[in-house]
Amino acid sequence: MGMALRDGERAGMEFPPATAAAPTVGELFRGFLLLGLTGFGGVLPLARDMLVERRRWLSGPEFTELLGLCQFLPGGNIINVATAVGMNFRGIPGAFAALIGLIAAPTAIVIALGAIYARFQSDPHVVHMFAGLAAAAAGLLVSLAIKIALPLRRRPIAIGIAVICLIAIAFLQWPLVPIMLVLAPISIVLTKRMGI
Amino acid sequence: MNSTLTALAIMFTQLSLVAFGGGNTILPEMHRQVTDVHQWLTDADFAALFALAQAAPGPNMMVVPLIGWHVAGLSGMLVSTVAIFGPSSILTAFALRLWRRFKGNPWRQAVQAGLVPVSVGLVAASAVLIVQAADHTWVLVAISAAVALVATRTRIHPLWLLAAGAAIGWSGFGQ
Repeated sequence: MGMALRDGERAGMEFPPATAAAPTVGELFRGFLLLGLTGFGGVLPLARDMLVERRRWLSGPEFTELLGLCQFLPGGNIINVATAVGMNFRGIPGAFAALIGLIAAPTAIVIALGAIYARFQSDPHVVHMFAGLAAAAAGLLVSLAIKIALPLRRRPIAIGIAVICLIAIAFLQWPLVPIMLVLAPISIVLTKRMGI
Repeated sequence: MNSTLTALAIMFTQLSLVAFGGGNTILPEMHRQVTDVHQWLTDADFAALFALAQAAPGPNMMVVPLIGWHVAGLSGMLVSTVAIFGPSSILTAFALRLWRRFKGNPWRQAVQAGLVPVSVGLVAASAVLIVQAADHTWVLVAISAAVALVATRTRIHPLWLLAAGAAIGWSGFGQ
């Protein structure tokens, strides 16, 4: 995984190092704090911009491989990216700095918005505004579902698995864990066997 | 109070470890637990909190600290935040070392590819449930449909679409 390879002792990884020096714990915190503050409507595109192009902590291929790992693991992709980047450069303190930096400001903002909602929820304008906001947020989620479903359109078995999953969760309202435990292995085996 | 915090911790720890494909995949289970199993929030409250979290900057799991805060105040927020981000992050830290060992292994690719249809189904289910929770009038349905269309077909910043939805809502039109 070639991320933190600025010095000889950690050498032997696949990628040439990015050009900047390895960030300190403070720099990791500040970098991810800014990322959390500016990442409206999705942090991931901005994360690449910060890590690869602006601060040059990672090269492009390093970022892509790191993201691949983070998508494969449970948890928010960008949360895992922050943990992995922090861990690679500065070990556990680095992971904490990056993670806390990333979620500190958004948490404060979201709680402030929640307090405004709780305070004014008897005002019909505010109620209607939040209803409109919720409808728009739902529309964004529909759009995301469409975008990630499109690459499956010529893969009938993959579509079948996605539809079964959709029906089980959204319409039958079955619990997630047993569904994952059954569907994920089936999907993995079918993918391996049939190359769907 | 203590049992509420324990329930929050257990629920979000489980969700943290099954969130394959990111935060949106666990939304239906979070919705089921919060509104149905524990009955901490109504459907409409859940949709409103989700919308608040979407309007704020940052990772798409910011609805979790907000739910924690709504259910059990500051301690609820802290417990929920640690429970949702902690376990998956610890797993990531460990996996980082194993990852290189499995590089190029065909099973690694199969696992990665095989999880895609499941994540697609989970995100689609999230979309269905959130639309059901959020859209009570034809105007709200129209807002969701228009936002979905524009966000899919253009590269406009999502914040503009959220602002437009909030503005139409504020006007009270059709409500």
